[in-house]
Amino acid sequence: MSPVSRGFLGRRRPAVDPSRLPPGQYVETGFPVLSAGPTPHTPLDEWSFLISGEVDEPVSWPWKDFLELPTEDITTDIHCVTKWSKFDTHWKGVRVDTLLGKVHTEAAYLTAWSDGGYTTNLAVEDVNDGKAWVAYLYDGEPLHPEHGGPARLLVPHLYFWKSAKWVRGLTLTVDDEPGFWENYGYHNHGDPWLEQRYQGD
Amino acid sequence: MVEIVEETARTKSLLLKMPDWPSGYRSGQHVDVRLTAEDGYVAERSYSIGSAPEDEHLVLTVERLDDGEVSPYLVDVLQPGDELELRGPIGGYFVWEEALGGPLVLIAGGSGVVPLRSMLRHWTATSRAVPVRLLYSSRRLSEVIYRDELLGYSKLDHVEVRFALTREWPDDFQGHRGRIDEALLDEVAGPPSGEARVYVCGPNGFVEAAASWLVHLGHDPSRIRTERFGPTGT
Repeated sequence: MSPVSRGFLGRRRPAVDPSRLPPGQYVETGFPVLSAGPTPHTPLDEWSFLISGEVDEPVSWPWKDFLELPTEDITTDIHCVTKWSKFDTHWKGVRVDTLLGKVHTEAAYLTAWSDGGYTTNLAVEDVNDGKAWVAYLYDGEPLHPEHGGPARLLVPHLYFWKSAKWVRGLTLTVDDEPGFWENYGYHNHGDPWLEQRYQGD
Repeated sequence: MVEIVEETARTKSLLLKMPDWPSGYRSGQHVDVRLTAEDGYVAERSYSIGSAPEDEHLVLTVERLDDGEVSPYLVDVLQPGDELELRGPIGGYFVWEEALGGPLVLIAGGSGVVPLRSMLRHWTATSRAVPVRLLYSSRRLSEVIYRDELLGYSKLDHVEVRFALTREWPDDFQGHRGRIDEALLDEVAGPPSGEARVYVCGPNGFVEAAASWLVHLGHDPSRIRTERFGPTGT
């Protein structure tokens, strides 16, 4: 139980539906940017998406082929470990199921890797069955580089650092291998409803 | 909390005595501050640490955001003697410690100077083996945080502190007038080298511009570490 902060009243927002706001989060209407380094700008003619690692045969799609894959429109709430949540964000992207469906794999984990060197680890069961996408439109517009364009992973049921910006591929792995922030003290799984922010949560 | 230092009209440093922090912290890390109302309502935000690990007190330097929930409490209500609930230290990437070497290049916009000041203090408290350069952009002189301390660094060897003021400046202002630009960053950061450690902290638009220019000037993106706050301009 936390001690009471003398004189703190708080600024409640009764309009917020508590069933939509995970513990410790507040509602943000802007779209903050958090990135550990400079924003990469990979030309689309040099861009491709690769499924590799513990698979029978790696598959890759150049940008123009990636755009031919079936897409979904997604409206979802997103939750950043730095405490902001943003409701009803609109995306268009390719289901991760569609991408993983092109390979045969028994692997239970994967590492998403990005231009600029970022990585994050996920269990396959956290990205299958319509739980994750590779998104390239935001609000009907090409995804801005600061927010991860040309394409980012979208795994809205986990804290947003798992939704790797500038994603270029998924590497299937037998073992769960911690990614960038997971190696710097953040939680390995990152479920906002369990408030899995940092190691030990 | 043991003491408040008024840094600017909107910004105060809170000096905290930590009863139990076994592992210490590193320059550049932050803490989560948790406020709890009498009925159990909780609000939490993250704040960069402004002190160095060698300092006696943990310092949080907080800018009051007019539409904020936690910062107005920290700046206007919290008094010496009050207790504050913290979690941390958090973050292992945007940190500098002596072993990482340099030259150390620090680029700050507004209250983004806070974690970089921690790095400067850590540098000062250790062997000062690598040169340090700080470029700090503010709107006007009255909004410069840690002004006297930062001016004092210029008297030390191997440190260079440069100010930029974007909105107003005194007639005799010696620093950069207007927004920072690529040419100024080139001067401050020096020629790209495999040794440099570059830290950029500030509002997102500032960090995005500065980091992009540094990459364009030939600096290795993997040696540029950024910390950003606020939404995109678009």
